[in-house]
Amino acid sequence: MKRHLLSINDLSREDIERILRRAESFAEVSGREIKKVPTLRGRTIVNLFYEASTRTSSSFELAEKRLSADLISIKASGSSVEKGESLKDTVQTLSAYDPAAFVFRSPNVGAAALVARWTGASVINAGDGKHEHPTQALLDLYTLWRRTGSLAGQRIWIVGDVMHSRVARSGILAFARMGCKVTVCGPPTLIPRGIEALGCEVAYTLDRLGEADVVYALRMQHERMNGAQIPSLREYAARYQIDGRRLGAGQLLMHPGPVNRGVELSAEVIDSPQALIVDQVESGVVVRMAVLYELLAGTQGGGPEGQRHGLRAAESTEPQPA
Amino acid sequence: MSGVSAAAQAPESGRLDRAPVPDATVLVRGAHLLDPRAGLDGPGDVLVRDGAIAEIGAPGALEAPDGAEVIEGERLHAFPAFIDPHVHLRTPGREDEEDIETGTRSAAAGGFCAILAMPNTDPVVDSASILRSLRERARAEARIPTGFTAAVTVGQQGERLTEMAELADAGAVAFTDDGLPVQSAGLMRQALRYQQLCGGVIALHEEDPTLSAGGVMHEGEVSAVLGLHGIPSVSESTMVARDCGLARFENARIHVQHVSARETVAILEQAKAAGVQVTAEASPHHLLLTDEHVRSLDTHFKMNPPLRSEDDRQALIAGLRSGVLDCVATDHAPHSREEKEEPFELAPLGVTGLETAFAAIHTDLVLPGVIELGLLVERMTAGGAPFGIVVPTIAKDAPANLCLVDLASEWEVGESGYESRSANCAFGGRKLTGRVRMTIAAGAVAFRERSFAIEAVR
Repeated sequence: MKRHLLSINDLSREDIERILRRAESFAEVSGREIKKVPTLRGRTIVNLFYEASTRTSSSFELAEKRLSADLISIKASGSSVEKGESLKDTVQTLSAYDPAAFVFRSPNVGAAALVARWTGASVINAGDGKHEHPTQALLDLYTLWRRTGSLAGQRIWIVGDVMHSRVARSGILAFARMGCKVTVCGPPTLIPRGIEALGCEVAYTLDRLGEADVVYALRMQHERMNGAQIPSLREYAARYQIDGRRLGAGQLLMHPGPVNRGVELSAEVIDSPQALIVDQVESGVVVRMAVLYELLAGTQGGGPEGQRHGLRAAESTEPQPA
Repeated sequence: MSGVSAAAQAPESGRLDRAPVPDATVLVRGAHLLDPRAGLDGPGDVLVRDGAIAEIGAPGALEAPDGAEVIEGERLHAFPAFIDPHVHLRTPGREDEEDIETGTRSAAAGGFCAILAMPNTDPVVDSASILRSLRERARAEARIPTGFTAAVTVGQQGERLTEMAELADAGAVAFTDDGLPVQSAGLMRQALRYQQLCGGVIALHEEDPTLSAGGVMHEGEVSAVLGLHGIPSVSESTMVARDCGLARFENARIHVQHVSARETVAILEQAKAAGVQVTAEASPHHLLLTDEHVRSLDTHFKMNPPLRSEDDRQALIAGLRSGVLDCVATDHAPHSREEKEEPFELAPLGVTGLETAFAAIHTDLVLPGVIELGLLVERMTAGGAPFGIVVPTIAKDAPANLCLVDLASEWEVGESGYESRSANCAFGGRKLTGRVRMTIAAGAVAFRERSFAIEAVR
């Protein structure tokens, strides 16, 4: 596996399977009274969030703490970013603390890749503009895998504001890599031309929604819209809202949160047993633990021999609560 | 006649400025002379004296006058030097990125003997007083004859016309709001009507901002995958269609800058066939690069108009070949390093290009046989014609505008630094074939490659 996780394209199918299995083993740890393992003891992780976040930032912090890492969390507001410090200078300054990893979120496409050029630490993309959010896609895979036992052949419908969604872009890549069949659906004004290149089909109506095994609703991103992409939320909801009438009895429902209740989802489906939304949040911690483990614990020691040794050593400590 | 340069008598002499330099006396012996317009294509001698091409002869036929520099040109091609009608000198306002001295030195190093500077500076060149002060500075600093364009609208705000007649009297070579479109069709029409009073071609950056707003790259598969907001091809072509219609209606002359889209080439072809007085340019980067390069999110591939698809690129090459696109123009747009070291969406638009234009097109289009060398020379020398600047030619008594090029020389872009003050070149790191060794602009040596100077001086 590569040193950074910037895109789902950095991961092979085998990498993803390994991460999911590792997350499962961490889930066992999470079920214990003492949830910590010493894997990253003495190592520092910088969480750098240039954009608002609740789930991602809190689950990364929790994952880091459960792996016994030391962590620094910095948000753009209240930091030297507000004084006009450039991203490069911020990253180089924080790199002086010799962190093992940066977890970085930015409103700009490719920003995590830039950070990776400026630091010797591993970089995990926690969302770069409308581009990608790979750990979200991994936790979505994990959640679905835990519920159904398999991923290959699942038919996934991703519904809503695809244009502004990094969750959709990473999701399409990840689901497709694991052998799922992905369809994106939404108003034509919110589906970018050429999105098929990611490996999905496009539909503009929910007419064939019945063929889906999983309905993955996206959040309407009002804050990223610059005008007249849809006539009204009312018309959007009338055509695309997933409600009890549209969601079939055998279909599962996912959503990356936060939900706009009454827009992309109706209250009845959010609270239904078909919804995996809370499971997704729960998965966030163990999947991010697994990603940190893969990137940091899996590469200790440098050469192939040292690496094997490092892996073994880390594995042996893993089930032991600290 | 001695001491008075021929260039000083050329029609454009009142509008192009450069620092005073002595006329050179140079004999180029045995170079391959190539000037398709003059029907020249073979070895020969050229003598430059008193600002003009004094004599052309068979190889070895010309005697060196007293005090002449003699250049043995067996391995060199001699072309008429190039003209770039689209350069950002960043002066006034951003002299940290480029100034008149460095920009014109960069141009000379690329084989150019004249350039036109764009007015989107800070402040904008929208008044005669700013234009006069720039021209004064050029008369002190410019290595090669430099023309200045003035804005069409005050402050490039798109709201009211500049004092175009006074600007024309003060020496504005053309009018353009380059960097921005003239969004209002009504105001565009007024500018075209006013041309009957003040003359001056109106050069157009064509983009409908209601289609392109928020865009940072070509709209297509790559932008969809990256999640970057796209600039659709139609944002350019629909404006070109509008302005060709207006130019036809007003019998006015327009020049379309940096054409990027297939649809635009098609519209220009129709317009030209219908007799519209329209000319057009294409940049080296649009001729050679596509939106596939943007996948790397390298900000050196961010410019406006954006790099488009391979299909668009092929249409541009066909347009250059057919003459629908009249000339190559670099849109040389220097930016500071810290500004380009930002995420793609935040980085400024534009790349430098003067020093790589010829070599890049030579490497990627001439060497593989896509276009002929003669065609490239023709298109790189044609950039002044739409603006009434005499086209450089290798002919007896013509103003001496020559560049000497070693077509076999391989070099890596950026390896030995740029003459430009900025380094944001889209071809940085590329190996190119073909290097300008010397440029003679309006009778004077404007550039001499250092290593070549050591070889050549007797």
